This record gives sequence, C-alpha cells and structure tokens, in this order.
Amino acid sequence: MKYACLVYVDPAMMDALSKEEGIALTDASIEHDQDLRQRGHLIYAQALQAPETAVTVRIRNGKMSSTDGPFAETKEFLAGFMLIEARDLNEAIQLASMAPMARFTIEVRPFLELTHS
Amino acid sequence: MAGTAAEWERRIAAVYREDRGRVLASLIRLLGDFDLAEEAVHDAFAAALDQWPKRGMPDSPWRWLVSAGRFKAIDRIRRRVRASAGEPELIRQYEEAAEAGEAEPEMLEDDSLRLIFTCCHPVLPPDAQIALTLREVGGLTTEEIASAYLAATPAIAQRIVRAKNRIRDAAVPYEVPGRDELPARLESVLRVIYLIFNEGYSAHHGDALIRADLTGEAIRLGRLLTDLLPDPEALGLLALMLLNESRSAARTARDGEMVLLPDQDRSRWDRAKIAEGCALLSRAYATGEIGSYGLQAAIAAEHATADTAENTNWARIVALYDLLLLADPSPVVELNRAAAIAVRDGPAAGLPLIDELLARRGLANYHLAFAVRADLYRQLGRVGEARADYRLALKLTQQQPERRFIERRLAELDDGPLPAKS
Repeated sequence: MKYACLVYVDPAMMDALSKEEGIALTDASIEHDQDLRQRGHLIYAQALQAPETAVTVRIRNGKMSSTDGPFAETKEFLAGFMLIEARDLNEAIQLASMAPMARFTIEVRPFLELTHS
Repeated sequence: MAGTAAEWERRIAAVYREDRGRVLASLIRLLGDFDLAEEAVHDAFAAALDQWPKRGMPDSPWRWLVSAGRFKAIDRIRRRVRASAGEPELIRQYEEAAEAGEAEPEMLEDDSLRLIFTCCHPVLPPDAQIALTLREVGGLTTEEIASAYLAATPAIAQRIVRAKNRIRDAAVPYEVPGRDELPARLESVLRVIYLIFNEGYSAHHGDALIRADLTGEAIRLGRLLTDLLPDPEALGLLALMLLNESRSAARTARDGEMVLLPDQDRSRWDRAKIAEGCALLSRAYATGEIGSYGLQAAIAAEHATADTAENTNWARIVALYDLLLLADPSPVVELNRAAAIAVRDGPAAGLPLIDELLARRGLANYHLAFAVRADLYRQLGRVGEARADYRLALKLTQQQPERRFIERRLAELDDGPLPAKS
C-alpha cells in the first residue's frame, strides 16, 4: 500500500530551533530518506519552500484567478512530504514516527487510486 | 543458483506467508520491542530477497530470518545511539538486543505462544486484543482488519498503536504464563479466537464474503494454538469452530436467505470438517477434562452426525446442555436448553421454561428468545401469541437475513396456522 506522509510545521516551533539544530535536522532528514529508500519504503521525498512562495490557482465561472500565498491560512504549514510504500497503515505510522520531522506533525494518508471509467 | 528472479520472489513470498508470524514472535523476544521487531522482519525478508538467489535457500529459512533480522536491528539501534545524544532508552535497547545471544531452538518453538499470550493479555481491552492478535499473530493488515469489522482504518490503527504502547508501559512480560496463571490467561486467548470466529460466522452486518475470512483466520489461530498447547479447551474450541463451519454452505439458500438447522440440506455439510471436529473432540475427551468449549462442541457434534433432524439424539443434547449450565451458566445456554427440551418433549414443555427465563429479564432484549417462543406458539397453533412474539423479535434485531426470516414466518402465519401439536 502507498501512503503520503505530509509534514506540517508550526512556524513558532521552527523559529525556536538554533542554526545548528536546523542543520542537524536537515542532515538527519536526508539520512532518514536514504535509509527508507535503501529498505524499499521510499517512493519519493521532497521538502517545500516557505508558504509565502505559494500561488493559489482556481477556476471559477470558467475564469482562472490566482492569489498569493497558500490556499488555507492555517497556523501550521505544509513543509514537505514523503511518499512511502508500507505493508499497512500501522507500518506507515511507524515509519512516519521514525522521521526526524516527526517532532513537528506528520499526517499519514493512504493513496486513493482513481480508475478511469 | 537455480531459479529466475520471479521464481525466487514467489518462493520468498511463500516463506513470508508461512513464517512471518514466528519470525516476528522470536524477534519481539530478542529485541524486546514490537515496532523494532516489525522493522527487523521487513529488513530480514529484504535481505533474503538479496541473498537467497545468490547463495541458495538456507536449511532453516525461519532461523536464518530471525538471525538476519536481529543483526539488522542491532545495526539500526547502534546507528540511532550514535545519532542521538546518548538517549538512555536507546542504549538500554541496544544492550538488551546485543546481549540476547543466539536464538536457542527450544526458546524459538515457544515464541509464537508467547506472542499469542501477549496479544491477548488482560491489560488490553478486548477490542485491542482482537485487533492485535489478528495483525501480529494472524498477519492481517490494518486495512483488512478494518474492512472485516466494518470499522474505519485509522480507528483500528490507533487501537493497535495504543495496545503496543500499553504493553510497553505496563512492561507486560513476553512469556507463556506459568502453571498457576495459565487457565485464566488461556481463557482470554480462547475468547479472543472465538470472538473472531463469531464475528465472521454471525455476519452481524455487511459483506458476508469479507467476513468469511474471519472464520478461516480464527480456525487457523485455533490450529496454531492446539499445535503449541494441546489443552482440552483449546481442542474443544477448534472442534466447535470446525463443526459450526461445516454447515456454512447449507446455512444460506441459493437466494441468500437463512436456513435453520432442521431445514438444512445435510448433503451440503462439509464431511471433512465434521470428521476433524469429532476427532478433536475425542482428543479433548481423552484428557479426562471437559469444559465449556468442549461441551458446546459435543452438542454441535450431535447435530453434525445425525442423518436427519428427526434422528437427532435430543435426549443427549439436553443432557449436554445440563452439563454446560454447570460449567458455564448463562441465560443464552438456558434458552438453548429450553429449545432442546421443546424438541425432545414437545413445544408445550418448552414454553414455561422460556416464560420463566424472560420473566428474569436477562434476555428481555434478546431477539432469539422471542423468536424461539414464537416458534413454540406457532407449533401449538396459538397464532396471535406467535405473531406478537415474532413482531417483538423483529424490533430487536438489525440483522437483515434474520429479519427477512421472521418476516417470512409472519407471512406464513397470515396464510393459516400449522395444525396444532400438543
């Protein structure tokens, strides 16, 4: 089964990290990704730039509009994601819990496979 | 080495199905941690996929996997210890795992039993015991358990996470309980297996096909348990499940409607399951001890070995219910005993027993109590009372096949009562 692990970060918690802690967290995350890949669990992992870099696009009444910033104004923002292969939801939870970024919040969601009619 | 990559994948997948449970069971003991052991199982099978095609299948794949899993886990914890700033919990885990030593064969044999007893430990709520047993011993995925129980997957996943935390926090020892504790602890294991079976067998709601897997899984767990611990009640439970399961094809008509035992086509009963159930029952009898499951199996065996409903030995069934009432008294057993007496001695003999039971209220919300009494009224030609009881039964059950069955009976009453029997 395939799952998305969505990493949500509280900016206040992120700001509280020292520069060294931030670097260590990045290194640990990259190592964790490598470990997951080696063990056949990782499909893809990617960090994202800050939410201020986002543009939100939508089509209404046939017209495209775009706005600056993320779609939802929430306290926590989506900072990155891992797409993983796991035996079941409990294994996915376990793998997510081992990620260094689990000190923030990780939402684990199963893939929804769409089929063409 | 012989074999293409695809062949090796198939071979290793077969080992996975066969041995995953006991490899996990041993690694939990050696590593002292469920999650770590599960990671190690994954890594051990990954290592097998890499190495077996090059070096051939080891003599004992299961021991090879335990050993590989242990080394991978020790490696993993060592790296975590190095990355952490000397977290004492990690260091303790490392020392434990490294010192656990090689897996001694006699310990290995018992590990599956340790795992069953741990998953059914009384510190866990019953729901958690069931989910954990199905996943860790049965090897079902969280998603499969959720669909079998028509529950949301995240809810089942949480139940499993909490159960594991509870085992860790309560420091539940990973062991087969000692002689003094064994009967009570075994009872909880047997109850979990029987609950799993009944969930699949009674099909309270929903998809009958998915749920049939649960009866198969419960029987598999029962076999595993009796192989490891041939206790009379474990044998009795396995016999009971097989004897009940032997009727599964005959319980539903071609149109999907429910068929009661006297009306079932006995040629559709599974003779192999009946023979196995009866043989297990003899083994249970031979121990000189018989308990609640053994007695229920004995009753099921009486039905299973009768060639027609009329030729059933009802006197013996009533006698077995008398014993069952001593071993494991409950209003449901009393109801079944009353129904058996009604067959042995006629509906008029059963009626006062059921009246008395319902007056005690323990069964006031149990639809079958009213359905049984309605049937006795029906046989006696007391149509008005039969109709009233069927209506009450209908109010008390949500099970669709049962509702349709009761509705059919009600419609038959409108067509005219049976000739009265005394």
